[in-house]
Amino acid sequence: MADESGDSSPLGDLEARLRAARAREAEAAGVAPKAGGTAAGLGLGLRIGVELVAGVLVGVLIGWALDRWLGTRPWLMVLFFFLGAAAGIMNAYRVSTGAEREADSGGSGGEDRREE
Amino acid sequence: MAQSPVEQFRIERLLPIHLGGVDISFTNSAAVMLAAALLAAALFVLAMRNRALVPGRWQSVAEILYQGGAGMLRDTVGAEGRKYFPFVFTLFMFLLFGNLIGLIPYTFTFTSHIIVTAALAVFVFIGVTVIGFAKHGLHYLKLFLPEGTPIFVAPLLVVIEILSYLSRPFSLAMRLAINMLVGHVLLQLLAGFVIALGVFGIVPIAFMGGIFLLELLVAVLQAYVFTILSCIYLNDAIHMH
Repeated sequence: MADESGDSSPLGDLEARLRAARAREAEAAGVAPKAGGTAAGLGLGLRIGVELVAGVLVGVLIGWALDRWLGTRPWLMVLFFFLGAAAGIMNAYRVSTGAEREADSGGSGGEDRREE
Repeated sequence: MAQSPVEQFRIERLLPIHLGGVDISFTNSAAVMLAAALLAAALFVLAMRNRALVPGRWQSVAEILYQGGAGMLRDTVGAEGRKYFPFVFTLFMFLLFGNLIGLIPYTFTFTSHIIVTAALAVFVFIGVTVIGFAKHGLHYLKLFLPEGTPIFVAPLLVVIEILSYLSRPFSLAMRLAINMLVGHVLLQLLAGFVIALGVFGIVPIAFMGGIFLLELLVAVLQAYVFTILSCIYLNDAIHMH
């Protein structure tokens, strides 16, 4: 993001930047988007903790609502607690493997959904 | 001076408006949101007023922000994401200015209220889901059943996948709100120690200096994270991995 825009010779620098921008254009017209970089990696890392909590929370919320609706308190909540935990762990796992793949293959960022 | 650390998050009605029994008062939260939107717009309008080939100081700021936003979208979604750039960039600027304004003493941090971040997250969630269904039709539901799943675990997996999908707005909203809330409470608590410790108050002041710098980083980073996660969800909807 932070490029060293022109203290020394802005116009000479502009040439280089133009070339880089054209290369990006060509690449974008092709197939895969480029790797995210450190900032994107940091962002992915920050997801993991919240992802776990969010999964459990959604599970409990849905279980509680279904219990209220069907009058089966507290069984669906217990069931969905575990399902939600599973979803949270799966999300966290995806975040970590997605980041890993990005680091070693230099593949596209954010394709953390394809498994196996 | 004995203020509660959460006093700073209290909503105050600046301009009480009641419409048909609904309280839609103009609050301090709304005022800061308006300020964030206006400042972000003003930055770009004023910085780009006299455009030059060799950018001046403000033009550089605007260009770096623009390139950052465009690069973020391009790296995560690719060329198809370009038409969503206005939304993504607006979201980024709004959150960035909201977080940064909140760090100015005596202002209000609207991003520390989970209802604000939840509204944004739900908006992104619904938008992404609509885009997914519009682009792939009912094939979008395949997102919940990865290919090559053995049939006997499929029912369980579908439920887990749906929960995982539904947890997205929660994680998105919680991450931003909790980060801002914790940082501001911490600063307020440390500030309380400054008075209590008298001369030795210099220690918490030094801590506060460091934590303020950290909060500055967190403010920028969390705006970035919220936006890039929206981009990643958008990418999932468009490319259906």
